[in-house]
Amino acid sequence: MSASLTFTLDGREIPFAPGQTVLQAALTADVYIPHLCYHPEFKPHGSCKVCTIKADGRHVSACTWPARHGMVVENATDELDDLRRTLVQMLFAEGNHFCPSCEYSGHCLLQAVGYDLQVETAGFRHFFPVRPVDASHAEVWLDLNRCILCELCVRASDEVDGKHVFGLSGRGAGKHLIVNALSGRLADTDMAATDKAAEVCPVGVILKKKAGFRVPIGERPFDREPVSAQAARYAPRPPTRRREED
Amino acid sequence: MLLDNDLRPGDALRAALARGDLSQVEQAANTRSWREANVAPPQGPLATLNEIRTANLRGRGGAGFTTAFKWESCRNAQGEQRYVVCNADEGEPGTFKDRVLLASHADLVFEGMTVCAYVVGAGRGFLYLRGEYRYLLEPLEEVLARRRRDHLLGRDILGTPGFSFDIEIHVGAGAYICGEESALIESLEGKRGIPRNRPPYPVTHGYLQRPTTVNNVETFCAAALIAARGGDWYRATGTAKSAGTKLMSVAGDCARPGIYEVPFGTTVADILDMSGAGNTQAVQISGPSGTCIGPDEFERRIAFEDLATAGAFTIFDGSRDMFEVARNYAHFFAHESCGFCTPCRVGTAILAATMDKIHEGHGTPYDLDEIATLDRVLNQSAHCGLGHTSCNPTLDTIKRFRPAYDLHLKQLDFEPAFDLDGALRRARQMTGRDDPGAHLATEPEA
Repeated sequence: MSASLTFTLDGREIPFAPGQTVLQAALTADVYIPHLCYHPEFKPHGSCKVCTIKADGRHVSACTWPARHGMVVENATDELDDLRRTLVQMLFAEGNHFCPSCEYSGHCLLQAVGYDLQVETAGFRHFFPVRPVDASHAEVWLDLNRCILCELCVRASDEVDGKHVFGLSGRGAGKHLIVNALSGRLADTDMAATDKAAEVCPVGVILKKKAGFRVPIGERPFDREPVSAQAARYAPRPPTRRREED
Repeated sequence: MLLDNDLRPGDALRAALARGDLSQVEQAANTRSWREANVAPPQGPLATLNEIRTANLRGRGGAGFTTAFKWESCRNAQGEQRYVVCNADEGEPGTFKDRVLLASHADLVFEGMTVCAYVVGAGRGFLYLRGEYRYLLEPLEEVLARRRRDHLLGRDILGTPGFSFDIEIHVGAGAYICGEESALIESLEGKRGIPRNRPPYPVTHGYLQRPTTVNNVETFCAAALIAARGGDWYRATGTAKSAGTKLMSVAGDCARPGIYEVPFGTTVADILDMSGAGNTQAVQISGPSGTCIGPDEFERRIAFEDLATAGAFTIFDGSRDMFEVARNYAHFFAHESCGFCTPCRVGTAILAATMDKIHEGHGTPYDLDEIATLDRVLNQSAHCGLGHTSCNPTLDTIKRFRPAYDLHLKQLDFEPAFDLDGALRRARQMTGRDDPGAHLATEPEA
């Protein structure tokens, strides 16, 4: 393996392995780039666009853009943070996100990235979509109000669990998460609380029952430390079954 | 040139197959040593590729990518099987030239695909037919069947050992986004039509992750003409940077709408004349993802170096409200966004809602600034061209037809999109109240 592959990110040398994307390399080097739909155990998706960087002057998604030797990357600039702030605002306007009453507060990546980027308002008129809650399943419930359409649950269920419980349907602003059952109810699938799909949601759409508030508000990962200080936590790794830290 | 061509089925292929050896000798004489040129792989396909390069053919789907470069990249890509895909998902509002080519010049389309297969070394091809054009399926299948009988498709085409290629027609389901080549390939594979992350590009990782050449219907037709008549012949028409002719789908406020084939370099004014348009206020070039121009720009030319276009040419006369035109296009993009990426999924919906707010008389100059911001966000971060261009019709019309907007705007700095007093309507009903205390002022007090 060539030992000397590097690119510069905001002036700092970042080493990378062949095949790594800019985001993967940065996180491996404990350098933070804001992101939402990326998960360390999955192939980068490139849909949220919060990780948009400027690579050699061109706006691209850091999570999917292949690292190249000698590349010059801009990341923590006012221009890019402005863009990211707007994208996060768009997600807050699109869904129904009520942080104060959300069980996932403090675990939620959207909330954490929002705080980190100092998002104070949604900035746009709220869509107030009607998205029902599915509490039919004995172990897991779905609050679709929070969905940011990152497809992580779809991917986890397909690729790790082999169950194909979730899918996306519709397009444009009508795009939404669906459950793969004739009834459309989670109870009529073979979903289990131990599934990978039950632990990957970055925003608390998929929550385990009888486990709410097990970790008190104030002691959760993003209560303790901003997400930008936890870059290494997102360094790419092979899929594992359960994370013990939460 | 294209519409009045007198090629018979197979002419272009015969010319391509015949070209091989002669060009090899010429190249040897003109370039390096005879020996060096001679050790190269069989020259037949490369000779045709050279003609395409000489012709300076560029993609007719709007982006104008150099066809020879695309074919060569596909030819040189590693892979056990290569594919040729014809993008007949003609979905840009205002364009209908591919429909005419498929209905009246299907042989030329298939011939161009077969020439491409010969050049890149592909064994299979797909025609991705727009869902709305399903009625063309049977006639197109008949043409394919006839071409198979005539040995213009199938195994050992025209008796050439190893030159085997066949074409399958895949009918789309009516999504605009599938005109984007990587979304089209996803759809071909039976998946949702969502543009892929690029790189890698289809020339190396296309259909089934194998090297794939995707071209527009008109590009294949032009390629067939070039294979038959040569690159120099083709390049003699058009401008220095834009060779050949362009099919224009002329529609809207004119006496003679229809398909016009014009050499590159033709001015907008010329096309307006030909089609009998009068009192023209604006022309939308290349559909909503293109450019909207006003009368002071009608001397501009149809060419890659000036007004690049996929062919849509939509004429609006003085009776049209250009704000409403832009609002309609904004709704089109919001409807057709695939919903994959945040900026496009949410941004196109916000744009459409903002245009509705202006339409309903609640718009202010602040909203126009917001649209400029949206445009920047979409251009910097959207996943594909749909998002990048979705604000174009609005921005173009704000720039050129501002009075149409001012008619709808309030002269306040800002007004909320929601009706504060209206929001209390239900509460008033429930409490049976309608006194002044149950109402909120919506206009700020002076």
